[in-house]
Amino acid sequence: MSDAALPAAQVVRPSRLRRLEPVTFLWIVLIAALLVLVAAPILKMVVISFEEQDTGVFTIQNYVTAYGRARYLEALRNSLMLGTLSAAISVVIAVPMAWAVSRTDMPGKGFTWATVLAAFIMPPYLGAIGWILLAGPNSGWINVAWRDLTGATAPLVNVYTFTGMAFVIALHSFPLVFIFVKSALDLISSEMEDAANILGGGTWVTMRRVTLPLVWPSIMGGFILIFLETIALFGTPAIIGIPARINVVTTQLWQFFEDPVRVEVAAAFAIPLLLVTIALIAVQKLLLARKGFVSQTGKGGERRQIKLGPWRWVLFAWCFAVAMLSVGKPLTVLLQASFAKAWGRGFSFDNLTLRNYQFLLFEHDMAPQAVWNTVWFSGASATIAVVLALLVAYIVVRRLMRFADALGFLAMAPFVIPGIVMAIGFYAAYAGPPLSLYGSALLIILAFASRFLPIAYASSQAAIRAVHPEMEEAARILGSGRLHAIRKVTAPLLKTSLLGGWLVVFIVASRELSAAIFLVGPRTRTMSVLLYDLTEQGNFEVVSAFGGILLVITLAIVGIGMKLVGRDFMLRRE
Amino acid sequence: MPRLTLSGLTKAYGRLTVVDSVDLTLEEGEFVSLLGPSGCGKTTTLRMIAGFVDPTGGSIAVDGTVLSAPGAVVPPERRGMSMIFQSYAIWPNMTVEENVAFGLKLRKLTREETRRRVGEILEVVQLSHLAHRYPAELSGGQQQRVALARAIVVKPAVLLLDEPLSNLDANLREEMRFEIRRLHDEFRITTVYVTHDQAEAMATSDRIAVMNAGRIEQVDAPHLLYTRPRTRFVAGFVGRTNLLEAQVTSGMLRVDGIALGPSTQPDGPVLVSLRPQAMTIHEAQPPLAGPVIEASIAERTYLGESWDYVVQPHGSALRLRAAAAPLEAHEVGRRVWLAIDPRQVAVVQ
Repeated sequence: MSDAALPAAQVVRPSRLRRLEPVTFLWIVLIAALLVLVAAPILKMVVISFEEQDTGVFTIQNYVTAYGRARYLEALRNSLMLGTLSAAISVVIAVPMAWAVSRTDMPGKGFTWATVLAAFIMPPYLGAIGWILLAGPNSGWINVAWRDLTGATAPLVNVYTFTGMAFVIALHSFPLVFIFVKSALDLISSEMEDAANILGGGTWVTMRRVTLPLVWPSIMGGFILIFLETIALFGTPAIIGIPARINVVTTQLWQFFEDPVRVEVAAAFAIPLLLVTIALIAVQKLLLARKGFVSQTGKGGERRQIKLGPWRWVLFAWCFAVAMLSVGKPLTVLLQASFAKAWGRGFSFDNLTLRNYQFLLFEHDMAPQAVWNTVWFSGASATIAVVLALLVAYIVVRRLMRFADALGFLAMAPFVIPGIVMAIGFYAAYAGPPLSLYGSALLIILAFASRFLPIAYASSQAAIRAVHPEMEEAARILGSGRLHAIRKVTAPLLKTSLLGGWLVVFIVASRELSAAIFLVGPRTRTMSVLLYDLTEQGNFEVVSAFGGILLVITLAIVGIGMKLVGRDFMLRRE
Repeated sequence: MPRLTLSGLTKAYGRLTVVDSVDLTLEEGEFVSLLGPSGCGKTTTLRMIAGFVDPTGGSIAVDGTVLSAPGAVVPPERRGMSMIFQSYAIWPNMTVEENVAFGLKLRKLTREETRRRVGEILEVVQLSHLAHRYPAELSGGQQQRVALARAIVVKPAVLLLDEPLSNLDANLREEMRFEIRRLHDEFRITTVYVTHDQAEAMATSDRIAVMNAGRIEQVDAPHLLYTRPRTRFVAGFVGRTNLLEAQVTSGMLRVDGIALGPSTQPDGPVLVSLRPQAMTIHEAQPPLAGPVIEASIAERTYLGESWDYVVQPHGSALRLRAAAAPLEAHEVGRRVWLAIDPRQVAVVQ
């Protein structure tokens, strides 16, 4: 034996305190962090909705103000209708696509995937701007072409309408329904359909009576999610709805923030948004958890493609049309405008210029700062969210502490809170004294981290579940402490999924508008906020160029993600 | 006219032929199993009969009407068949009753007729009390019964079963084996049953078609398959056996010089299958007419229901497996006499 053997003579009485210390300490830190990030803003928002401005005396006057005018009530009604309509259009767009990709021999599946991914990555407000260029009533491309062709004077399509707005929102929300429905379809064994075939059901009967009913909960789940995203969406309703004089809850909340800032009234006005969201998420959970809707019987999960014959070209045409409407056309006109002296003059050499990009990158007093802000706010918030989520998920999954579930609950809570509501909460809690963080980078970073914590938490949880505890136990029996084991064994095993989570948070944070718009100050504007400000000024060439820069940054990050994490890291359903 | 006729049925994927010129006929009301190891083409054959897979050669006919031939295939929904799947494929979004009624509704039966027939069949499979349950609330065996009821209630021309018991535990499997046979005896539906489990095939079938590498090796009644295997593969796959190189000289079959009895085969080398049950071990020379060989016990294993001996005939390098009842214990190394039942000696190709 060498002298490397452990000293055996020393008998150390294991003290309870000593054994628990690092984890207990960590637990306290995590609880504190989650209280600051999640609980305090929400509670504060609810509290101030019942407080008089400045004095803090209890009152219900804020609610009387918020719901006392027909215009405000109409905004509420408009939001609900807009959410319903957008979600319905999304379902109509996405369900045939999901069915075609998952179960049939439709050609061009890779193309369809790329479409879904592109529509998902493209910030919705960029799509909205693209559609203003395409379907503006006077000079939109489609209407100009229509008038040239037919000599008509009335526009063919008008984006500045309620349906126009719902349609534009749906074109960028449908990927969620697609992912939901496709992953449900992927779980259905072909034998379910074969069984209907052999009993006399053709492809159509089988799809209607067996396949679609089986994924019905997922369709409803996707519908609800898009409804919720839509009622909490700020960008598109602001860009299209305000000029069209269509007032919705989010744009109304924005107006409450204009001088004089009436944050108490805004808080009161945001409460229904919060309640509707919580209620519908609960409904969605019930739907998806309903017993018997996953085909759990036996093995035999073999899947074959349904042969559609000539119909497969019909489906492909559908997917192609969606690709054009959601990505192809808006992107083309945005690019054209970004390189144009005047976008209405069309594609010609003398109209080509780099002036817009040059102006933004070298002459604009805010644009380079906004690019930098976006990158570093997103990076910092993604890091905070992932680290926090990883630690919480570790404690919850390994059941290290009593009440660990409370931590998990807090980490997931922002999922049921619309971003815009979260922003009002952060404003209420931290903008004013004593912290006076309004307009500071810290406030925005914390708000982003909180807002996207559930995304990071879901991916961390899935990743940690996949690492068997014995991996760590093997390290610990050889003498490594728990935190050491996490650092040396667990973390390296989780590296890829953590990176994936980080990138997803980065991407969604970099395009975030609804929360940012309430929190930024003059020097802390992000690209999305600046883009919105530029839109208000109406210079679409510069707006498009700035959108181009945002897309390039996003694509670069997505590209890195695909390379390091895997092709479908954005679209995994978690 | 036979109910189902497969003639020269072939399926090839590129250069890989998975089903190779299969011929098989089923009379009305017959129960035939396709038995073989995994990858032998039995499931592909079944799926061709169902119409889910198109053949590359040969044809499938029901009552003389060709349903499948290369380039002309009637889709599954117009074949009037039904099928039970490995995963049962019970639709989890429908109740037991709705599952069973599905095929009847597609056949445009009146509401009363549908309800009556669903009620009857649920009675037969003893599921009447569960008619309004959802599949997720049923046990594996009950789900299996729903699948059976759903397939039988439409009175199919041919019933197809694709390894239906492979997801059940051993006890339930045995019970369902008899259940399947009972339902067949009651309804006499022409049935093709795919399995890799020979006990299952033996318990249920009128005839068994043993498949290997895409071909049918032998079609026979279960007991004939066991006692009269015609090929080396069948002898080895169905039950355990001793495969011996033998010689026919002037009408006498000999293994390693030991005479096994007269043979009608022409003179020359042949392969012989000798089942472990075809031999008895005696500690004293038995006064029997058949061949008796002096041997010694080389190995033994006690399996509970029987002894499994390896015996070595004296003056020979042969090692024969022989089975014996639990009380017939012989020590390893002991000199014994091995009596062979000449009726159970089968010459195989």
